[in-house]
Amino acid sequence: MKILVSAKRVSDPNAKLAISSDGTWIEGDVEYVMNYFCENAIECALQLAEEHGDIETVALGIGESDETARFIRQGALARGIDRGILVSADEQTTDSDLIARIYARVAEREAPDLILIGKQAVDGDSNQVGQLLAEYLGWPQATFASKVELKDGEVVVTREVDGGLETLAVTLPAVVTADLRLNEPRFAPLAGIMKAKKKPLDELELDDLELGDAKPKVRIVKMSTPEGRKAGVLVKDVDDLVARLRAEARVL
Amino acid sequence: MTKILVIAEHEKGAPKKLTLNTLEFARQVVAHAGGSYDLAVLGSGVGGVAQALTGYGADAVYVADHPDLAHVLAGPYAKVIADLAQRAGADLVCMSASSAGKDVLPRVAVRLQAGMASDVVGVVQTAQGLAYRRPMWAGNLTGDVVVETPVQVVSVRASAFDALAATGGASPLVEVAADPQAASARVRYVGFEGVVSSRPDLAEASVVVAGGRGLKDRFNQITEPLADLLGGAIGASRAAVDDGYAPNDYQVGQTGKVVAPQLYFAIAISGAVQHLAGMKNSKVIVAINKNADEPIFKVADYGLVADAFVAVPELVGKIKALRA
Repeated sequence: MKILVSAKRVSDPNAKLAISSDGTWIEGDVEYVMNYFCENAIECALQLAEEHGDIETVALGIGESDETARFIRQGALARGIDRGILVSADEQTTDSDLIARIYARVAEREAPDLILIGKQAVDGDSNQVGQLLAEYLGWPQATFASKVELKDGEVVVTREVDGGLETLAVTLPAVVTADLRLNEPRFAPLAGIMKAKKKPLDELELDDLELGDAKPKVRIVKMSTPEGRKAGVLVKDVDDLVARLRAEARVL
Repeated sequence: MTKILVIAEHEKGAPKKLTLNTLEFARQVVAHAGGSYDLAVLGSGVGGVAQALTGYGADAVYVADHPDLAHVLAGPYAKVIADLAQRAGADLVCMSASSAGKDVLPRVAVRLQAGMASDVVGVVQTAQGLAYRRPMWAGNLTGDVVVETPVQVVSVRASAFDALAATGGASPLVEVAADPQAASARVRYVGFEGVVSSRPDLAEASVVVAGGRGLKDRFNQITEPLADLLGGAIGASRAAVDDGYAPNDYQVGQTGKVVAPQLYFAIAISGAVQHLAGMKNSKVIVAINKNADEPIFKVADYGLVADAFVAVPELVGKIKALRA
């Protein structure tokens, strides 16, 4: 059995971000981190492999080549993923659709039984790639997973949906997207970091994937900093708060 | 001229309010670009839902009633929606960015060879055409995006739009023969474990009482009396959820629920950017925190620097006294 898992780097949304001079991307000393949800997906792949044995795990990263390679090695291979695939691409001009089409091409080559992917990347925050990919492949999906079990050719997934938890049993091959509560991602052990340097990492160019039209469908035309909310007043005590909520805000 | 197809969402035989917020998005697109909108109701036994939506100005209310549509499953829903969009000649398909909308819409986009904008909070006219405004980078940045395909798909952040008021009139009901079967294969619905609560739905409540990690194992003891007194819902920061003090379903933030109530209490919540992204459109924000330096005070209308364990019970007592 084979699991393909996502390893995307993102510019840290908690760091200070500056908008580029043309107003359509970010610039400056951008700090990168592994996408939080990809960490959950990687951890899930490792746990399934440990539990069931005989599962090959493959991490896919798409982006600027040197940096993305480093994230695949440190974030995925060092933690125990068997090998990596890097597709070099300009992160600014890849939308969710193009990423999903790249995944679909890689999936056709690799023929995984399960694709585990972060539910969203915390830079673009689109929450689309897993679902787009499932439709491109004609596979079933289970998104926003908080529990994943493999049994009898199915993946049984508990999903975090509005109002509660839904459980679906999905026949393999399938796409599952990881939510935060799926697991606690492990730290890479020191030995893993050494081993990761020797693990295979295939590098592909977009042209190798014969995507036909490698254009995005969605384009950012302007970025801005959201209008801030103004700080209000500090109240003296609870009496003051109640009085103002009544008289000024008229919400009590 | 735009032809929009709005996918209705419903529960227990009635439309959800999210549907009316999504209709307001559609109305704004029509105001910019001209055109009109249709509604679509999918499900099993949903005639009443469709009937309830005939007074909102749609050219038609399509009804796709089929036993295989009883649960919102992405594959079959996407097929039926895409089929309907083609039939209606829609060049924009939208649904709220609920967990269902997020699950289903990207698959619709692939079927229609459409680009999709997620979690849209506004419609803006730009030199490059009509753009959709959406939060990015955990709400730290806002992007105006243009979808460059003939057909577009949008998920709408409901809390960013008012509910469309009924316009009167009677849209015709159009029953369509839905064919979800092939797309239903290979997914089996096992069950749903709902959060049992007498409180209103977090996403639609007019008062939200949210607690942070600092409340520790007294999370419920502090938040519940205030929420129940005001008829509000309970929310939580991601930290409080991660540490197990509050259930997953309570999480307010960019990666959790996005809320915009009339009154939001942030109790012992520091105000991380990703939390602010989920609540900063609330009308009135009250912060109670013992540390005056926390970023939550920068967005709060009313800040009280105090120990929540003392201040919140006192607040409950004072409001009760006021109402007595």
